[in-house]
Amino acid sequence: MQELGRAEHTSVRVTPKGKDQVVIEKDLSSEEMILNMGPQHPSTHGVLRLECKTDGEVVIEAEPYLGYLHRCFEKHAEMVDYPGIVPFVDRMDYLASMNSDFAFCIAVEKLLDIEIPRRIEFIRVIVSEFNRIASHLVAIGTYAIDLGAFTPFLFCFRDREHMLSLLEWTSGARMLYNYILIGGVAYDFPEGFKERALEFVGYFRPKALELQKLLTENEIFVKRTKGVGIMPADVAVNYGWSGPMLRGSGVRWDLRRMDGYSIYPELDFKVCVPDGRFSDIGDSLSRHLVRAMEIEESLNIIEQCLDRMPEEEGFDPKAAIPKRIRPKAGEVYGRAENPRGELGFYIQSDGKSTKPLRCKARSSCFVNLSAMKELSRGQLIPDLVSIIGSIDIVLGEVDR
Amino acid sequence: MGLLDAKISKHNVLVTSVDNVMNWARLSSLWPMGFGLACCAIEMMATNASNYDLERFGIFPRASPRQSDLMIVAGTVTMKMAERVVRLYEQMPEPRYVLSMGSCSNCGGPYWKHGYHVLKGVDRIIPVDVYVPGCPPRPESLIGGLMKIQELIRMEQIGISRAEALKKLEEKSMDPSQLIQEARKSAKAS
Amino acid sequence: MGETQENTSQLPEVIEAKAVWAVLKEKFGDAVSEFDENPTMPFFEVLEPERWLDIALFMRDSPKLRFTYMACLSGVDYPEEKKLGIVCNLESLGELGHKIAVKVRCEREGGVISSVARVWKTAEWHEREAFDMYGMTFSNHPDLRRILCPEDWEGYPLRKDYEVQETYHGIKVPE
Repeated sequence: MQELGRAEHTSVRVTPKGKDQVVIEKDLSSEEMILNMGPQHPSTHGVLRLECKTDGEVVIEAEPYLGYLHRCFEKHAEMVDYPGIVPFVDRMDYLASMNSDFAFCIAVEKLLDIEIPRRIEFIRVIVSEFNRIASHLVAIGTYAIDLGAFTPFLFCFRDREHMLSLLEWTSGARMLYNYILIGGVAYDFPEGFKERALEFVGYFRPKALELQKLLTENEIFVKRTKGVGIMPADVAVNYGWSGPMLRGSGVRWDLRRMDGYSIYPELDFKVCVPDGRFSDIGDSLSRHLVRAMEIEESLNIIEQCLDRMPEEEGFDPKAAIPKRIRPKAGEVYGRAENPRGELGFYIQSDGKSTKPLRCKARSSCFVNLSAMKELSRGQLIPDLVSIIGSIDIVLGEVDR
Repeated sequence: MGLLDAKISKHNVLVTSVDNVMNWARLSSLWPMGFGLACCAIEMMATNASNYDLERFGIFPRASPRQSDLMIVAGTVTMKMAERVVRLYEQMPEPRYVLSMGSCSNCGGPYWKHGYHVLKGVDRIIPVDVYVPGCPPRPESLIGGLMKIQELIRMEQIGISRAEALKKLEEKSMDPSQLIQEARKSAKAS
Repeated sequence: MGETQENTSQLPEVIEAKAVWAVLKEKFGDAVSEFDENPTMPFFEVLEPERWLDIALFMRDSPKLRFTYMACLSGVDYPEEKKLGIVCNLESLGELGHKIAVKVRCEREGGVISSVARVWKTAEWHEREAFDMYGMTFSNHPDLRRILCPEDWEGYPLRKDYEVQETYHGIKVPE
């Protein structure tokens, strides 16, 4: 079988000859080599393992192996009651805990059929948009490291710390908040939050531009990402892509707009898709651009929310939380737009217990990563790094 | 050490023990393996980045286990990963240190009871020198843990085993129970 | 309570899903069950699991339905009925905008469901995960292996009667 595989495979060698000429030799049969990348590798963003079948510098196929961080989320969800699941949801996508909690609470609230106070919705949107920016900053910073630029990473983490301290001030934790609860939030905003948040937005706008100048307009960065890992829109949909990945392929699809959950229908924001002037639609650079543009949009959303948020004296953020969370028998699929795409929860309740019968997390990175095999076909090994970085995986969410 | 702070002009001779020099060199250039597992890895990255800047302690992550002398187990070790962690540990040259960062690698953390695929504590497979609690630990506590590693290295002597060094360290650091007792007494009095 | 249920069943989503179901019922007859119009997740069941692939292909390609996007595929265990199953959440992304959920069940021991990995590529990994967690087989799946647990893991962790193994490669597993 192996012999057959080798005979079938042919390769092309390109040798430069003279100044502007190249010699192309076809049908050279060559040795294939299996190259393992990960699970301990600095640019796999965690414990992902890629088994690359290579032919010289060209990757024939890269097969991802997951499960090195499988922390049994779905088992835990069946073993603890509904409010107890929230901390485990936090630890799934640890870069965007607020957004993950939001998605989970949306799903359970849909099943419970309860009304959420308006101020709570504003609080939730503000904190999750802050978390979205923080998450995109990590994505951009680590992507820059993957491609050999260290400075943007420092820039990103410097600004991320400001957001973390805002969120810590609100929720009491730096990364894994357990802040958005089913039917409410844990605490109201501290006094003076609005001022500090606005101050941050004012501070961060020029910094975001600076980051763009430093990284997105950098010629080396563009050369490494433009035209690499192109994904056509229809294939992307077939692979179930969502979020910045799908928008990078030119599909105007954002659950914040399409599902219109929470107060997003009232807000004015753009669904960012690349316009093709700067990048080839669907390549790694497009996906990076979408993230960069979304940071802007999130800042707009935060400003609007801070402006319109109803002020209430002595507001109790836990007032709408049911005493006992026991949904009636039924099933629900609730979802929300995470920084990495659609995070959905399929929950099955039997109506008697305070624990779900089944809780499946439809993780966005897991689905986005499933196209890795297709994306990697025929790419160069260094481009593989550029592709993985642009998918922006969080292994906690991939493996759950 | 204080030696560098004093002005050393040309042609000076410093007299010290070999242990001192070796330990000083080792503890001021700890090279951890750039090896992130889960949530804690993000805090480890944050510690490496601008605001906490581990490089000022001479700590800089290396990509290969063969160049590193410290392993920060940052995150949940799963059954599938366990054998790889052992292999990575074995690839590190001696003397090597292991810092277990976060509840998951200390004892399994929140996955203790129902986590069928989670290793309940990385010390089941490799020896751990310092445990840093937290879920995830703040960058400050990670730096605290790294200082503990440095203390451990400072205790080392040629010809003395790690266990003895640990014992020495234990003797040196204060017993907290006495302090707690005193605090309780003073609280009662007031 | 009765009143609110009546109101919620008039949700546009449910009406759309019912229209989808009607098209499928007409085409596939007895292979498709009655429509469950609950407001949270309207669904129908495929009663003949071997016809699931045909139904899926029709759902994707029929110009009336155009379910281009599979949002989720979850494995489910039904211990009382001695069955395993999958729940698929489908959506016509950007085209017609309707959503529906489909359930397929099979026997608990040695159950087979036809794979839809060739219809929606995203199903490939979801089905591998369902196999990993519940142990049902997907016929004609391109690459049916465990995905999250190691290859030599014993048992199917999300089955309700799962007992965790004592050791794995000499490492103690339980607390």
